[in-house]
Amino acid sequence: MVFLLLFMIFLPFIFAILTPFLYKLFAPRVHTGWFVAIVPLSVFVLLLQYIPVISNGQTIYQSVPWIPSLGVNITAYLDGLSLIFGLLISGVGFLVVLYSIYYMSKEREALHNFYVYMLLFMGAMFGLVFSDNILVLYVFWELTSISSFLLIAYWYQRKNSRYGAQKSMLITIFGGLAMLSGLIMLSMMSDSYNIREILSEVHVVTESPLFLPAMILLLLGAFTKSAQFPFSIWLPDAMEAPTPISAYLHSATMVKAGIYLVARFTAVFGGSSEWFWIVSGVGLITLVYGSINAVNQKDLKALLAYSTISQLGLIMSLLGLGSASLYFGNGDESTVYAMAIIASMFHLINHSTFKGSLFMVIGIIDHETGTRDIRKLGGLMSLMPISFTLTIIGSFAMAGLPPFNGFLSKEMFFTSILTAVEQPVFGMKMFGLFVPIIAWIASVFTFIYCMILVFKTFTGKHQPEKIDKVAKEAPIGMLIPPAILAILVIGIFFFPNVVGKNFLQPALMAILPIHSEGVGLTIKAWHGWNTELFMTIGVVLFGSIMYIFLKRWTVLYHFFPKTLTLNHLYNQSLEGTEMMSYKVTNKYMTGKMRDYLVYIFGFMIVILGGALWLSDGITFLGSNQAGVSIYEGVLLGAMVISGFAVLLSKSRLTAIIALGALGYLVSLFFVIFRAPDLALTQLVVETVTSALFLLCFYHLPKLRKEVSRIQFKLTNAVISIGVGTVVTLLALAVNNHRLFASISNFFEQSYTLAGAKNIVNAILVDFRGFDTMLEILVLCIAGLGVYTLIKLQLAGRDRKE
Amino acid sequence: MSPNDVLLRTVTKAAIVIILTFSIYLFFGGHHNPGGGFIGGLSVAAGLVLLFLAFDIETVRKNIPIDFKKMAGFGVLIAVLTGVSSLFFGEPFLNQTFGHFHLPIFGETELATAVLFDVGVALAVIGTAITIILSISEGK
Repeated sequence: MVFLLLFMIFLPFIFAILTPFLYKLFAPRVHTGWFVAIVPLSVFVLLLQYIPVISNGQTIYQSVPWIPSLGVNITAYLDGLSLIFGLLISGVGFLVVLYSIYYMSKEREALHNFYVYMLLFMGAMFGLVFSDNILVLYVFWELTSISSFLLIAYWYQRKNSRYGAQKSMLITIFGGLAMLSGLIMLSMMSDSYNIREILSEVHVVTESPLFLPAMILLLLGAFTKSAQFPFSIWLPDAMEAPTPISAYLHSATMVKAGIYLVARFTAVFGGSSEWFWIVSGVGLITLVYGSINAVNQKDLKALLAYSTISQLGLIMSLLGLGSASLYFGNGDESTVYAMAIIASMFHLINHSTFKGSLFMVIGIIDHETGTRDIRKLGGLMSLMPISFTLTIIGSFAMAGLPPFNGFLSKEMFFTSILTAVEQPVFGMKMFGLFVPIIAWIASVFTFIYCMILVFKTFTGKHQPEKIDKVAKEAPIGMLIPPAILAILVIGIFFFPNVVGKNFLQPALMAILPIHSEGVGLTIKAWHGWNTELFMTIGVVLFGSIMYIFLKRWTVLYHFFPKTLTLNHLYNQSLEGTEMMSYKVTNKYMTGKMRDYLVYIFGFMIVILGGALWLSDGITFLGSNQAGVSIYEGVLLGAMVISGFAVLLSKSRLTAIIALGALGYLVSLFFVIFRAPDLALTQLVVETVTSALFLLCFYHLPKLRKEVSRIQFKLTNAVISIGVGTVVTLLALAVNNHRLFASISNFFEQSYTLAGAKNIVNAILVDFRGFDTMLEILVLCIAGLGVYTLIKLQLAGRDRKE
Repeated sequence: MSPNDVLLRTVTKAAIVIILTFSIYLFFGGHHNPGGGFIGGLSVAAGLVLLFLAFDIETVRKNIPIDFKKMAGFGVLIAVLTGVSSLFFGEPFLNQTFGHFHLPIFGETELATAVLFDVGVALAVIGTAITIILSISEGK
């Protein structure tokens, strides 16, 4: 029983392995979803049992080692925050699976893929919210990105699905990697991987110079995952996924992973003005951006996607405002700001309920009429009465109207915003007045798109000729899950304090540890004639007027240039990066060996020469110099002459002969420097290579046989002179910096040790025989190489002809 | 080849003996004087090339029926085996030894395992050089 919670995290993964077998055994007789539904239901039931424990302020911690030497453990840490998320994931998960049983055809769809991806996602989400270890949290975080990618592209034959999946993958993985570096910085600062230990080291973290970079990187991860501005563009494209997935991932769970992250690390970073402004600022911008864009959508799912963006912005801004509570410490002002955190968690729960049900209803409409385009829909009220009722409940809750739960959390949002103005913090005095106005405008737009959602779909004239199917009410099984959520929407309105006591208070304790005793909290539907209520009335009035004259002013959207949209920017930058790397690669990868040699030698000059220069290694004549005899002088002169002859000769034959002369002169050098073995070998080898050169010369193709001097090119001259200079300098430097005595004394004992008077031979066959052995192997391979090249080339040519 | 190369062939017949003898001298002298497996092998190869030039390849092959590719491989094998054999005596790989023995004809003589290794080197060099030259000349 001890590790039950941990087992629950891994239950979806275990079941994901079993699912294909179940599918093979029972499809198409039994819908695979019935088996899958067991998983979220059992987790949900288990988590329900923990509610009393958690609401008493206790927490549960379970851990098994994964990589103990690195301090990485798989943990299950249950507190108020993770309990809310766990219940949402398992509860909405169960309803979505139930819904998908009726939504996904068991004959036509590849259900085993669908449910495996979904279980992977579910398990990853559990792991994400229960992990106390930040590295394990990151592992699950990426697993949600990957399974979401798989789910968006579930209908992989469609181009739009693939586009949407790629987009969400690129953006969320980008954020995930940023988050990883943020987490690593965090662990460097606090010297721990465990969130709870990091929390106890907060004072160290706050004073560290890495504080700000870690915060920004972490927020990048949270903002990309939770579709905050400007990373929100992936969410509308993720609507290509099957509707149960949109309902589950892109409204209730995955997009809230970023919210979870921000909430979880508020205790670490909160209380600083940067966190306050970034989180609440980005949240407010997202709120306005999402709500304004949602009004202009023609596709119901896209409308819901933008409304999700907007609502996530609302929750995020509340979390940002609430973080100021940490700045005040334990006091009255602190409690006032802490209410913002409670509001955010409350709205998070509410949003999951009404948005999940709305997505399911939209799925029903799509399923029963064959379209989601609001221009084709209309007059469905009498045809689909239950769906209509559910849509009204969901939409009015989203718009923030009584008697639905959205009203309560929206009022709390206004309250928090107004408090922030009344008790300014972090320079709120300057911009304070704008914040409620922005929030109010966003609420008006929210109201408008909610009305569009209800009235454009269900009222007006029914147009049967525009839709593919005969519209009728959905089967009962499809209606039950959204109905359950709708009942919750109303239930929370009438009994908000049940939620408040059991979930919101423990969550507040988890997010802001300074409020370990909780705050006196009662959520009231009626709170007197105050500013918040007037704001809501204003929203309704203004929203209704604007909705009535919708056609008049939506033309304004057309004036907004397409080139300035974020999607355009994303596509352009993607294309631009591809084009640029293509161009750059083509620029330097010329395919010409000469250019590559220029790079190689260029680097050699820069690095070797640079190292010599920087380390002050350049010396010309040291004490190690021997005298120069006349023979050496004459030989050197001859070699220089034949070297230039190679370079300047007009015909290739002259060059070959000059090269041969150079070789023989080298062997003469060996004679002078008393190396008879080398001289002998050099003589023979030089003869052989000259003969081979002549052979090559003889077989040059007649057509392009050119007798001309090597063309002069400045780059080549510079490079070759540079390499010559650098190597000469290097040789001189090495000669003048002898640090150790030579070991050649040892080899002088060759007669006593190896029985050989010829030291060179003794070294070759005895002292260093290993080298010789491999050298003759090299020789042998070269010989076989020549043999195969010639013989096999002939065979190949025959075959081609 | 010109039809009348009696002179060349006669000189070759005499010269080849001298060249091969010199090569063997170079090979065996390598232990104490300049020379050794590499040079010895190369000069044997040079002698063979002279044969190829004076007579045609087929004739030489008929008289010296050796596969030079195998010879090269064999040389490498000998060299490796001399190295391996030292393992049997509990010595490190490629450990060479030598000793002075009294032989019937040569009298007091120094025998060294290094010479065996050198034989491998020489065979590899001869085999490779002739393989290269033969395949190029046959290839064209």
